[in-house]
Amino acid sequence: MLHIVNKSPYENRTLENCLRVITHEDGAALLLIEDGVYAATKGNIAENLLKGVMGKIKIYALWPDLEARGMQDRVIDGIKLVDYGGFVDLVAEHRNNQSWL
Amino acid sequence: MTEATGGIDFEEESAGVVKKFMFVNRKAPYGTIYALEGLEVVLISAAFDQDVSLVFLDDGVYQIVKGQHTKAIDVKNFSPTYRALEGYDIEKLYVLKESLEERGLTVDDLLVDVEVLDAAGMARLMAEQDVVLSF
Amino acid sequence: MKFGILVNEGLYQHQASDTAYQFAKAAIEKGHQVPRVFFYHDGVYNSSRLTEPPQDDRNIVQRWQKLAKEHNIDLVVCVAAALRRGIKDENLAEGFRISGLGQLVEVGIQADRLVVFGD
Repeated sequence: MLHIVNKSPYENRTLENCLRVITHEDGAALLLIEDGVYAATKGNIAENLLKGVMGKIKIYALWPDLEARGMQDRVIDGIKLVDYGGFVDLVAEHRNNQSWL
Repeated sequence: MTEATGGIDFEEESAGVVKKFMFVNRKAPYGTIYALEGLEVVLISAAFDQDVSLVFLDDGVYQIVKGQHTKAIDVKNFSPTYRALEGYDIEKLYVLKESLEERGLTVDDLLVDVEVLDAAGMARLMAEQDVVLSF
Repeated sequence: MKFGILVNEGLYQHQASDTAYQFAKAAIEKGHQVPRVFFYHDGVYNSSRLTEPPQDDRNIVQRWQKLAKEHNIDLVVCVAAALRRGIKDENLAEGFRISGLGQLVEVGIQADRLVVFGD
């Protein structure tokens, strides 16, 4: 399943609560969009959390949102960047998807 | 094709299609409208004979606690509606164990019967769904 | 592939409507279809005929209208949510229509994927 998170990890616990569940799923993918992309940046509070699950879950971030926020040069290694077309592909490729709002 | 279905030929294209619909509730009631309006979608979905599940996670578990009295805030108390779901054949209600525990709640605090799932069980249930609606 | 889209937030206040629009546009560019975009909660405000955003920024209502017209997208606004918030036929932008929640469930059944944009 493709899981979409759009909140900064500092704003609320959505990202950690999402990961708490989806790390139990085989083949889960996480896409960070909007303010959620801050979680994909080096030195942020969620960096270790994401690095810790990278082996289990594929992690993506929407680069237009990173670039809008001036965070494009700080992306954690191993996080794949996609544009809106890539976002569409991810939704198409996964049988189902969920937005963690 | 009818005005009501807005151009999609529902009868022809969807007849007999049954999908697994999951409604995800992660927000507390009253502070925002998502719980109430989310429930309104659930009720409408009953008319479509789909395979519907409701999950309550994180602050969403607060939606179904007993003892909600809203007179003093002068807002409609919609918590009885959760008890009415059974009458609409919507009976698959699930709660995340960790969400209850970290809020000091047990199933005895809830106003409807639910199945409690741990994170692994919740992940499994979610992965099975066709359509997931969050509010 | 057919994509259904649900927009749960109003225009400008949250990025949801923008992201939904960019997603819809990208899906169409890739040759997919977006048969319906359903607007719920504050999302109904995306259908207001009366918005006047500053000239130097995107016009969200017009963008949706244009995309819908060019690519046959059904822009549906939930009647209950709209009435709560004062969106009616008299202030509805062209290209949107007000209808019931059944339209959301229906596109969930009909489409291959449903994507939700909200807060």
